[in-house]
Amino acid sequence: MKLRRSMLFMPGSNAAMLSTAFVFKPDSVMFDLEDAVSLREKDAARMLTFHALRSGLYDGIETVVRINPLSSPFGMADLEAVVRAGVEVVRLPKTDSADDVHRLETEVERIERACGRAVGSTRLMAAIESASGVINAVSIASASKRLIGIALAAFDYVMDMQTERGDGTELYYARCAVLHAARCARIDAFDVVFPDVNDDAGFLKEVDLIRRLGFNGKSLINPRQIELLHNAYAPTVEEVDYARRVVAAAEQAETQGLGVIALNGKMIDAPIVEHARVVLRRAAAGGTRK
Amino acid sequence: MTTSDPRRFDASLRAQGLDPFAGVAARIAHVASAETRHERKLCKSLEDAIRASGLKNGMTISLHHGFREGDKTINMVVAKLAEMGFRDLTLAPSSLLSCNAPLIEHIKSGVIRRIYTSGMRGKLAEAISHGLMEEPIHVHSHGGRVHLMDRGELNVDVAFLGVSTSDPFGNANAVSGLSRCGSLGYAMVDAERARTVVLLAEAIVPFPNAPASIRHDQVDYVVQVAQIGDPAKISVGATRMTSNPRELLISRLAAEVVEHSGWFEEGFSLQTGSGASATAVTRFLEDRMVRKGIKASFALGGITGSIVDLHQKGLIGKLYDTQSFDSQAAESLRVNPGHIEISTNTYANPTSKGALSDWVDVVILSALEIDLDFNVNVITGSDGVMRGASGGHSDVAAGANLPIVVAPLIRSRIPTVVERVTTVVTPGETIGVLVTDHGVAVNPRRPDLDARLREAGLPVFPIEELHRRSLAITGAPQPIPFLDKIVGVIRYRDGTVADVVRQVAD
Repeated sequence: MKLRRSMLFMPGSNAAMLSTAFVFKPDSVMFDLEDAVSLREKDAARMLTFHALRSGLYDGIETVVRINPLSSPFGMADLEAVVRAGVEVVRLPKTDSADDVHRLETEVERIERACGRAVGSTRLMAAIESASGVINAVSIASASKRLIGIALAAFDYVMDMQTERGDGTELYYARCAVLHAARCARIDAFDVVFPDVNDDAGFLKEVDLIRRLGFNGKSLINPRQIELLHNAYAPTVEEVDYARRVVAAAEQAETQGLGVIALNGKMIDAPIVEHARVVLRRAAAGGTRK
Repeated sequence: MTTSDPRRFDASLRAQGLDPFAGVAARIAHVASAETRHERKLCKSLEDAIRASGLKNGMTISLHHGFREGDKTINMVVAKLAEMGFRDLTLAPSSLLSCNAPLIEHIKSGVIRRIYTSGMRGKLAEAISHGLMEEPIHVHSHGGRVHLMDRGELNVDVAFLGVSTSDPFGNANAVSGLSRCGSLGYAMVDAERARTVVLLAEAIVPFPNAPASIRHDQVDYVVQVAQIGDPAKISVGATRMTSNPRELLISRLAAEVVEHSGWFEEGFSLQTGSGASATAVTRFLEDRMVRKGIKASFALGGITGSIVDLHQKGLIGKLYDTQSFDSQAAESLRVNPGHIEISTNTYANPTSKGALSDWVDVVILSALEIDLDFNVNVITGSDGVMRGASGGHSDVAAGANLPIVVAPLIRSRIPTVVERVTTVVTPGETIGVLVTDHGVAVNPRRPDLDARLREAGLPVFPIEELHRRSLAITGAPQPIPFLDKIVGVIRYRDGTVADVVRQVAD
């Protein structure tokens, strides 16, 4: 089971972070060439990220690069560099429509052919950062087979909505819309960055909300949040215990040819068994809650 | 009877070196009056105290560094000695820090000729590393310093000891008064051993002053001074929990190593030292102690506020404190009966009748460099310049059952794990485990530990693998250009020479 709970953002221009951030073991790492990099450092960030991708240091961690928009002077150079460097996922910022994804896919395929990389091996994700992006989320999410997920990005979105970050009410519709679009397309959904890195309690409250909504994970800007997030997403020992008993009861019912599964006198139906299997897979991949 | 009665003495006794009684004050002058009995030690000024001490050119003076970067005594005393025209002195403080940069001038002018210290930092260390002194400095551990005194190499003629309060008779401590550094562990050693002991007291309080970390029977002179140090500058690492994700990662991993080491049992003992990582290890250990219902019997060494917290929560039985690392620890020493002040002799002198460092189970140590043989350098930086202190590092590493070194694999672009350390301070054979942000390396001399940590699922690598990884990231550093001249002699705690530090080329 591929877990995508944590996606750690880091500026592609920060050599010190690039050379050691893998020690924090996020599920995915996102080298940012876009908003976190000043205009003066765009070229340096692209080169540093290129070398980080090729270093082998991030083996076992999914590598994602947020390129500049293809319409900017830097987007195409970014894409050329990271596809050739072997990035696993290209993240397209400010995705407003399926056409944005189609355009990106065409360019990715061209570069793959040019550099001898297997066509289709570069995966994509789309960041939704505007009202039109949210409205078009369903078509965006199913725009390409390369898409592994879509992510809501709050900073630009709340500006577009003429509001600001608050208790989450402002993101209520967007979160639900993006999440439903991702689930329709059978891809992953990522929640926004929690901006206050010193507010662990607030962070955990938001994590609890998005986990219960059904998001796969969340974008992070501080490595400290990784452990907190992973722990919050890990099933408890009790949940694992119960899941084991559910699966055992289901297997027993199957061998006995029984159509109805019962555990402690309570009927268990198929979705509960499926959920139990997911819990066990999660525990196997990421351990139990501490 | 005020003078001798001839009938009560026989001249033949003189041949045996005996003299007749000549009056109660004839030989013990101070008993002559209440004033001389009680206040004879009080000097009007530091200068008077220095003159009274009998200090001469070429002699050895000692001081303590309990205020660390906030110390005001060392610079004040040496400046006064310079003003009075003293020369060729041996300066033997328990340690020196960045705040002691003014000593450079007194070395240049010949007031100070030799130095014994646990360490040095800043401009002074920079200047000495570049050849300021003709004679190399001697760098000793805290326990090793006492050993050098006891074996007769380091003979202190006059100890100038800063205390926050003293009574006129010399009962002194640093847990009362205004500028409090807490434990006087270093000063207690000097008070016992120096030929002459001068107290520099910030406040003279009525007799009897208690507790008496330094006792009146050890003290020759007492002089009041304006301020002995700034307690706000003692704290070397903030006692608050670090927010640095890398330090947190290392600390959490170190706590996991402790948990699965085999030494994490009811009644275990620990030393964590100072600094942000050490404080964080303490906090992570607290979680594990609570979860597993384990209590420690004692904590040793430099005591921090975070260790005091655990003591006050009942998780650590006794605190043996040779240096209080922050004001919370200093206050705890004053009020908590289980927080006990100890001298560095009691702490770690390897040739005393017993050192507490031999009873420690788990110790968390730092490193500037550690090499493939697990030798540790805590003195010289990557540029060859001295910028640290031996402290209790080699003492507790030798005594503890599980010495753990914590360090980031790379500091900015400088690798910590190296093929050979620039300077050996603590021999690798005494180190158990290295914990870095990239994983754990167990000393091959400890296969039992290696097996336990692997079994617990910790990321254990051969140290060569961590070295290879650091080189892959930083590249191989250029060798440091050293000259032949020796500027520092690193003394192991038993007095032998562990290494020498050579002058760095400009």
